[in-house]
Amino acid sequence: MNIASIAAARTDDAIDRALRREKISIRNLSFHYASNRALNAISLPLYEHHVTAFIGPSGCGKSTLLRVLNRMYDLYPDQRAEGEVLVDGVDVLAPHQDVNLLRSRIGMVFQKPTPFPMSIYENIAFGARLYERLSAADLGMRVEQALRRAALWDEVKDKLATSGLSLSGGQQQRLCIARSIAVRPEVILLDEPCSALDPISTAKIEELIDELKEDYTIVIVTHNMQQAARVSDYTAFMYLGELVEFDATSRMFTSPGDKRTQDYITGRFG
Amino acid sequence: MIDVTLRKNGARTRALPTRGRILQRLRRNDAIYRNVTRGAAIGVLVLLGGVIVALIDGSMPAWRAFGFGFLASERWNPVTENFGALAPIYGTVVTALIAMVIAVPIGLLISVFLTELCPTWLKRPVGTAIELLAGIPSIIFGIWGLFVFAPFLQGTLQPFLITVFGNVPVLSSLFAGPPYGIGVLTASLILAIMVLPFITSISRDVFEQVQAVLKEAAYGIGCTTWEVVWNVVIPYTRVGIIGGIMLGLGRALGETMAVTFVIGNAHKISASLLAPGTTISAAIANEFTEAVGDLYTASLIALGLILFVITFFVLAISRYMLARIERRIG
Repeated sequence: MNIASIAAARTDDAIDRALRREKISIRNLSFHYASNRALNAISLPLYEHHVTAFIGPSGCGKSTLLRVLNRMYDLYPDQRAEGEVLVDGVDVLAPHQDVNLLRSRIGMVFQKPTPFPMSIYENIAFGARLYERLSAADLGMRVEQALRRAALWDEVKDKLATSGLSLSGGQQQRLCIARSIAVRPEVILLDEPCSALDPISTAKIEELIDELKEDYTIVIVTHNMQQAARVSDYTAFMYLGELVEFDATSRMFTSPGDKRTQDYITGRFG
Repeated sequence: MIDVTLRKNGARTRALPTRGRILQRLRRNDAIYRNVTRGAAIGVLVLLGGVIVALIDGSMPAWRAFGFGFLASERWNPVTENFGALAPIYGTVVTALIAMVIAVPIGLLISVFLTELCPTWLKRPVGTAIELLAGIPSIIFGIWGLFVFAPFLQGTLQPFLITVFGNVPVLSSLFAGPPYGIGVLTASLILAIMVLPFITSISRDVFEQVQAVLKEAAYGIGCTTWEVVWNVVIPYTRVGIIGGIMLGLGRALGETMAVTFVIGNAHKISASLLAPGTTISAAIANEFTEAVGDLYTASLIALGLILFVITFFVLAISRYMLARIERRIG
């Protein structure tokens, strides 16, 4: 982006638009569960170092869309995707793509906390060791960094050897975020990360998302309008497998372009 | 109008005793039903107790004659009526352990394949085949072992082991002697085949109980299937797998017919796995008809009591482990 084009941009919004870079471009993506079409020709940019929220009523396909981005659907034989998902310009849906490598670049945090059946330390170290050969000292550093980043370090630093399953729900979820970070991904996908958590844990994780976008591209699926408004820079509203509207969150929540978006945001359906 | 009401009331009062009687009858049936089911359940406990009492009572002469030395002695001489249980105990434990060493990895590999890798169309045939394997009567494994498997081993595996390990210290004595065909190793291999379905089907069941999202989380940080299974699925289901292994072990310890056919029935402890040996159940099955003396019979019953105690504890541990994983996965 050259200086001239930035200078030409007159508003903050325009500057932002000039600086942003498409980390992921979803192009004409359709998705099928067996014979059911769950997504219909979705096209959407996901900007680097920004938070994009997917909102919409249950069954609209927002989680499905998330699961296409790291090809999680590959685990299930009767699910298939058509179209293109370009990550840094490379189509990750192409058959020759290394799925495991892709998933190490695109981390995912689930609705339910999913600590592995091992110690807190191992939960983090396990992922970091998969793709990198680290010395014990480096690994210890990596674990500490990840836990600090996920705002969990102070709570667990004295009990790293205890089982990850012994933590509270909110702590487990931050452990899972720390685990994703430790792999050093470029993108983090969050699938309703706060829906099983109390308000305090939710606030912590929202704060965390805000900090993490400095380094990562973040996509969050949420049922919570306020949460989408609070944490995201861009919002995609989906309905019945279609992308209804995509825009900057500030604009989306103040002057939605589509009647259905307005109805959903104001709580008239969903 | 009044008339009608009266008649209605009359009908109701007449119906009441009938309903009462029906209720009474139902209550009586219920009581019978309750007592019959309770009786059946208690019957099992009584049977179990009866078996224990009979074993202890029948084996008393042997315990009185040999004391606890019975457990430590390798002698087995029907002519002088001098008996010891060490050789059959050794044979039982060794054959069962070797069987587990072979069957556990194979069983786990099969269940990993079935739950994680198998295409849907192949899942059912393979799963059914394994369950059918569990249903084959042990006598069939016995005759197959004696007439087919033992000669096959005699011609192939056993000479191979003897030549390969002949000059290696320790292992040379483990695989020493002429290839008889029958022997401890052959019995262990047959046992391995027989316990395989137990281990496979239980570990498959516990693997299937692992929530998809936990596996997805592991795949989500870039794990391969192997890494997911080895680092997440197996640790998560460890208790259940151990339960399944114990169940298989219980079966291997008590298996009689197939082992009797192929183990060679020799009351001695040999260092070589190719040598003939015996197990507790094989000794009992083989010798009960010949046991003329009271002490001989009592000694065989004492063997039975020992086997009962061993398998009881193994199965109790297995149940406990399986109950624990059910509570945890819930």
